[in-house]
Amino acid sequence: MGTEHAHSNPNAPDHHDEHGGSHGSMREYVVGFLLSVVLTAIPFWLVMTGAIPDKQTTALVIMAFALVQIVVHMIYFLHMNTKSENGWTVMALIFTIVVLVITLSGSLWVMYHLNHNMMPMSHDMSQVP
Amino acid sequence: MTATTVNPTHDLSQAQLQAAFYDLDEHDHPEGGSTMLGFWMYLMSDCLIFAMLFAAYGVLGGNFAAGPGPKDLFELPLVALNTAMLLFSSITYGFAMLAMEKGSKGAVQLWLLVTAAFGIAFLAIEMYEFYHLIHEGATPMRSGFLTAFFSLVGTHGLHVTFGLIWLFTLVVQVGTKGLIPANRRRLMCLSLFWHFLDVIWIGVFTFVYLMGML
Repeated sequence: MGTEHAHSNPNAPDHHDEHGGSHGSMREYVVGFLLSVVLTAIPFWLVMTGAIPDKQTTALVIMAFALVQIVVHMIYFLHMNTKSENGWTVMALIFTIVVLVITLSGSLWVMYHLNHNMMPMSHDMSQVP
Repeated sequence: MTATTVNPTHDLSQAQLQAAFYDLDEHDHPEGGSTMLGFWMYLMSDCLIFAMLFAAYGVLGGNFAAGPGPKDLFELPLVALNTAMLLFSSITYGFAMLAMEKGSKGAVQLWLLVTAAFGIAFLAIEMYEFYHLIHEGATPMRSGFLTAFFSLVGTHGLHVTFGLIWLFTLVVQVGTKGLIPANRRRLMCLSLFWHFLDVIWIGVFTFVYLMGML
């Protein structure tokens, strides 16, 4: 009895359903494509025309557009959802994002300070005999 | 399975007790049941490779060594064209997947070839850009910025190249064996790979090209 239970694979039917439903529909692809076109065109337009005079603001805006477009691709093209593979794809994605954020922010933070501290300071230079 | 479920009337022997605790029989894994999750894991690890290259670009991107910077080198119209090529190839691959769902083999092959055409156009434009950069003396050896730039964009281009090889392989495979479950699985893996490359490209054009031109 016990062994019988252990042998049955509860995942098998789920996998088939998931495979069948993960292709997306025509509507999904077209919506994703149109959103991507808009989300790509606006940052290019912003940078090429210099619509926002402040560079810092432009950089933040185009980064926000990139982030939104990545999410759009994840949902409409990669068909990400919390149910596929019993949620393991989302878990793997979250783990990857955590590692990604740590490494990216860590590298930039550490190396920025390194550059900053290694820079010859003008007041130090003037005191050099 | 039948061997362990035989139920003798006398006391359970040691072997049978063990069999209850340890799964001695092989599980019945359906073929390809874990392929998609495994491929997703691969993509996530690939994502980390690109994260490292982005980090390297973020750190070294300002080290021009008195050489040319992004504003001297990049041409945004060309990059916009390149981005369009990759975006078109993404939706045509989507059409290939829809054709696969309908089970029309010819349409799958046709859309795959259209995707390949856009992919090749993307690579050709990138090669043209690289050729021009190197022709102007902006080689990967010139400065830290250019080393990081060529590593990041070049690795992406290499991924697209391998994606194209895979794509042509699948056109032939679908042609000879049809839309069998194994080929459907392969098409879905390539779908993930191809769209993933488009996601990486969003990061490239935003952080390298657009922010470089600011």
